[in-house]
Amino acid sequence: MTTSETAKIVEEASEYKYGFTTDIEQEFAPKGLNHDIVKFISKKKNEPQWLLDWRLNAFDMWKNREHEMPEWANLKYDSIDFQDIHYFAAPKSDEEKPKSLDEIDPELLRAYNKLGIPLKEQEFLAGIKNSHKVAVDAVFDSVSVATTFKDELNKLGIIFCSFSEAVQNHPDLVKKYLGSVVPTNDNFFSNLNSAVFSDGSFVYIPPNVKCPMELSTYFRINAANTGQFERTLIIADRGSYVSYLEGCTAPMRDENQLHAAVVELVALENAEIKYSTVQNWYPGDKNGKGGIYNFVTKRGTCLGDNSKISWTQVETGSAVTWKYPSVILKGDNSKGEFYSVALSNNMQQADTGTKMIHLGKNTSSRIVSKGISAGKGQQTYRGLVNVLPNATNTKNFTQCDSLLIGNDCGAHTVPYINVRNELSDVAHEATTSKISEEQLYYCRQRGINEEDATALIVNGFCREVLKNLPMEFAVEAKKLLELSLEGAVG
Amino acid sequence: MLEIKNLSVSVQNKTIINSLNLKIERGKKVAIMGPNGSGKSTLSNVIAGKQGYQINDGQIFFNDINIFDLDPEERAAKGIYLAFQYPVEIPGIANSSFLRTALNSIRKYNGEKDLNTREFLEECKNLSKKLNLDTSFLSRDLNTGFSGGEKKKNEIFHMLMIKPKLCILDEIDSGLDIDALKVISDGVSEYSNENNSLLIITHYQRLLEYIKPDEVHIFNEGKIIKSGDYSLVEKLEEKGYQEFV
Repeated sequence: MTTSETAKIVEEASEYKYGFTTDIEQEFAPKGLNHDIVKFISKKKNEPQWLLDWRLNAFDMWKNREHEMPEWANLKYDSIDFQDIHYFAAPKSDEEKPKSLDEIDPELLRAYNKLGIPLKEQEFLAGIKNSHKVAVDAVFDSVSVATTFKDELNKLGIIFCSFSEAVQNHPDLVKKYLGSVVPTNDNFFSNLNSAVFSDGSFVYIPPNVKCPMELSTYFRINAANTGQFERTLIIADRGSYVSYLEGCTAPMRDENQLHAAVVELVALENAEIKYSTVQNWYPGDKNGKGGIYNFVTKRGTCLGDNSKISWTQVETGSAVTWKYPSVILKGDNSKGEFYSVALSNNMQQADTGTKMIHLGKNTSSRIVSKGISAGKGQQTYRGLVNVLPNATNTKNFTQCDSLLIGNDCGAHTVPYINVRNELSDVAHEATTSKISEEQLYYCRQRGINEEDATALIVNGFCREVLKNLPMEFAVEAKKLLELSLEGAVG
Repeated sequence: MLEIKNLSVSVQNKTIINSLNLKIERGKKVAIMGPNGSGKSTLSNVIAGKQGYQINDGQIFFNDINIFDLDPEERAAKGIYLAFQYPVEIPGIANSSFLRTALNSIRKYNGEKDLNTREFLEECKNLSKKLNLDTSFLSRDLNTGFSGGEKKKNEIFHMLMIKPKLCILDEIDSGLDIDALKVISDGVSEYSNENNSLLIITHYQRLLEYIKPDEVHIFNEGKIIKSGDYSLVEKLEEKGYQEFV
């Protein structure tokens, strides 16, 4: 490799493309967490009493466990001072909520354009021919700033809006399902989120409606010393279908920032939810300074018979990732899927996987996990397949592959399998491999340089997962993988 | 086209190639024959730029450029192609997309535009027919699960698509049945012309019967011990390597 190439790669590797900050006036809650802060957030959102009570109850539960952060994961990080965080930040210009996209602060629109997320519907329509329409909800720090294609979705009875709006306009649905999949005290972070969640997305698909476009939320952390605690709730009613995608970025900062989201999915009889994530929070610099602490609880319930929930995630960002998108297979014949690519480069650490809880009869689940470690990255797959006594004729297949790049990284696999009846079929396959010198030499002999060859081999390794993403996002995810790998070889 | 001057190479302090001199002119087909362990594959890898060899002395010029300053991908972009004895498998990448990536990388290096995808696929299909390959072989993962014969055919397929100036065929004939050998040697013969050169490394006579090299060198212990024209091949087949060692 020539010196100039090396210099270029080093330069690019140290550059997180989404690392800009946006200079807009923000309104913050004071640092720290107590009853008053919870009340402040609730009041800011003009919430009904029942929700405030729900939050306060969550806060009291959390207060009792404030010093009991989970320690079982294979992660090392500095302890988090939960009293040194702003729990609410909002762009000031949003004080009077914009009525239409035209009223949005141009600075905000510019920020989203920089991220490649057009918030103006006409930009979608003027986009590439044949590309699918994507409705976007954009969340900037603690508030949702814009949701597109609302009218078109409304005609079908589809509700796609910010969580705060759903609380105002669809309180019955929110009240019925909030916390029904992830109970408040499920874990430390879901507990914290339940007290202080700020905004997020809400989706309801009415019976027998197939949502005609991808629904998508982009999350952006902008403010410093601010935690992001969004809450997403998706309900697919009988016989409906929805494909939902979320993407995330954050500015480069030397301090670690906390992100603790809760996502709940509910699929009723014959319904299907496909949930895809491209997570690219700021990973910290080469030496592990800064980066997002990503502690996320995602879970779906296949509540009705013949329902299906499918998680696909591409996790390339964050300094620390702690995330186990899971499916509770309650309805008979229901299906759960988990497809994951997680990449840890430099000092990144990820402890991620899934839980498939089989309760209903003839339920099936499929887990495909691809972990890639480079630099000094550490990668752990942690998964549970739990088949309960009544879940007869359950089928599970787990494929868990790790790819190592270089000599200083690590890959770990921790599968838990618990089968409590004799009529089920559970299979687990795992491999660990390294990109071999022979593979790289072969590619280079064909004219492909080492960086590109590595990206090619990694993309091949991940193909089974990437092909599950909606097409446009699969391309984006591929690029992201390549970008995240830069500097990993040579 | 290629000039090797006084080349000495060792691996872990063991000398593999010993003061080798070899010139391959443009338009010529040159064969190197020799027993196992005589250093034939080392020679092809040193020309292609594989790491892990210790170059103790000498130079290799490709069209008057000293290639020791170039990375393997740069040598490839300048027109050096090695058909591997053991092609590697890369799961998850379709053979045709690998080839397209390779071709576009070479084109980029040489300041040319990317390939037209439609024309590329058309050419792929025509060529695979010629090589008696099912078109599904374009969409299969690179060499993954290919039989020995398919892997070797794929090396020739890549070669004919990339159109290099110097083709090094490292034991392309090992493990092939007679039909496959015929298809491969036909492909190679057809490709050979006055503008490119072939370096054929083999144990056996059969491939050379088809390709008819202009020059034949017998290789042993890292050097050429006998040179001649095609008649040398027949002599070798008759008397075996022992006669020359």
